[in-house]
Amino acid sequence: MLLFCEQLLNGLQLGVTLFLMSAGLTLVFGIMQVINLAHGSFYMIGAYVGATVALHSGSFLLAILSALGASWLAGCLAEALILRHLYRRRHLDQVLATFGVILFCNEMTRIIWGRQPLFMDIPAALAGSVELLPGLPYPIYRLVVLAVGLAVALLLWLIFTRTRIGMQVRAGAVNREMVAALGVNISLLYTLVFGCGAMLAGLAGVMAGPILAVEPGMGESILILTFVVIVIGGIGSVRGAFIGAVLVGLVDTLGRAFLPLLLRLLLSPATADSVAASLASMAIYIFMALVLVIKPKGLFPAHH
Amino acid sequence: MTRKQLFLLLAAIFLTLLPAAAHLSGNPYLLSLASRILIYGLAAASLDLLLGYGAMISLGHAAYVGIGAYAVGILHLHLGAGDLPPALALLADSTASGLAILPLAVLAASLAALVIGALCLRTTGMHFIMITLAFAQMLYYFFISLEAYGGDDGLSLMSRSGLPLVNLDNDTHFYYFCLFCLVLFLYLASRLVHSRFGLILRGAGDNERRARGLGVNTGRYRLALFTIAGGSAGLAGALLANHSEFVSPGLLNWTLSGELMVMVLLGGIGTLFGPVVGAAVYLLLEEGLNMYTEHWMAYMGPLLVLAVLFARNGLFPLLISERRRHG
Repeated sequence: MLLFCEQLLNGLQLGVTLFLMSAGLTLVFGIMQVINLAHGSFYMIGAYVGATVALHSGSFLLAILSALGASWLAGCLAEALILRHLYRRRHLDQVLATFGVILFCNEMTRIIWGRQPLFMDIPAALAGSVELLPGLPYPIYRLVVLAVGLAVALLLWLIFTRTRIGMQVRAGAVNREMVAALGVNISLLYTLVFGCGAMLAGLAGVMAGPILAVEPGMGESILILTFVVIVIGGIGSVRGAFIGAVLVGLVDTLGRAFLPLLLRLLLSPATADSVAASLASMAIYIFMALVLVIKPKGLFPAHH
Repeated sequence: MTRKQLFLLLAAIFLTLLPAAAHLSGNPYLLSLASRILIYGLAAASLDLLLGYGAMISLGHAAYVGIGAYAVGILHLHLGAGDLPPALALLADSTASGLAILPLAVLAASLAALVIGALCLRTTGMHFIMITLAFAQMLYYFFISLEAYGGDDGLSLMSRSGLPLVNLDNDTHFYYFCLFCLVLFLYLASRLVHSRFGLILRGAGDNERRARGLGVNTGRYRLALFTIAGGSAGLAGALLANHSEFVSPGLLNWTLSGELMVMVLLGGIGTLFGPVVGAAVYLLLEEGLNMYTEHWMAYMGPLLVLAVLFARNGLFPLLISERRRHG
């Protein structure tokens, strides 16, 4: 039971990280009809800049601020230089151009920071763990990540449902021509959403820094999980992204923790472990396939 | 004779004479590079069936290449260990093992494409791109976790597959065998895309609604094409496994899917022959840049972005000075 609670928290924590990644991306997909593979690169840039600043200044707050700034800047640059010219092009061109951006960003991090992974320390104030339940210590840092993720989700929800700009963004995801016709500066809206999406990815990156290794190519593994989240949640829907992210986080974490135990009831320990390892690594994709069979457009599609 | 026929004739002469030239000039390693280009050309051309003729943007084509390669690796492993099931007794004959191994590799990749395609084709557009990528990545993690077959480290082949008449362990024979496979594929594929089947697919790509209105079950045609393309990629994978005598999960990684897509774009989408040119350009560019810097991707990335922004139609239409009808 304690193990279950711990894994549940781990799953939720992966879930909010995935939500930070997918919230921006799903809006970019939904509003601009642009497929952007380079979103993982913003995550990587956030992690690298954050880790470097933390190393030299020793301040975690400064690290987060600079990571946000750097990923926002990278997002705006990518939008202005490349993606803006691709809005009206076919998806294939978008895929290829952003693939080129990934190759470039990965190689540049190798040139600047080298091939060795960077390690980022947990800030002293957040080190250690608290006892949530008797016998269940849990790292404070992970709880903070979880709290920040939930706070951002709440903030986004407020922006979306309570502000004018949120209304425009939601409307843009459903029918952008109509929104443009109503006099909304849609190109400014594009840039804003794109920059904020990149910033959220950077936030996810810098917060994952102390938990994971910061290395070239770290953006791609999370990018593909993000795609799974978006496919499950439905393109253009922030609510779908949140629910999809939590589901994917839970399925992945709980699958890895409990499939071996479950299968040991049925199979010999050695076979159970190897089968469970294979199954656990595929669990979220199988889950995605199931969702697709039932709802091809995802759980909460923005377009009706 | 049109420019295209002239180009193909010259290419055929060049490719036939290449081994002799490589040996005479004392650069036999060129032959290995040339075989690799032919194999990647085959994989890229099979992807072109989807991108150029089926209007399906698959970002997971590496999966089928990888499955073809793993089929060869796994069968060779059991062949070496001598614990094959009796149904595969033909494999035990080392001079003819390829007669069973290569078709089995194609079959395995086709089956995977059939199942994955059936799921992916429930969606269109951006969903389709992401889902093909996600399933390919699923297989990538599956092979990483497959400890019995090397896991992360991959599998080494003890020898290349045996075939009657040709000896694949000989690099010249191997080159000609790859050339034979590529030419056979290109012949069959160009027959296919100009048949009624191909016309329906292109029509459905241009206007899905109209094709459906004419009573065509476009999903079934797309799935058939997806399976054919997957099987052809499996053949490329089987050849690649034989070429490097090594199989690893890296083959299924999505960077290979992306690279294949780049080759198709460089050569020209919807031209079948173009992607082979694209594969040659990409691999030669990689070799060339690699000589100057280990960070060749830092140059390849911006080149790719520029190619997308400014050279929309690819090289092949330029070479044969043909303007694209649509696109």
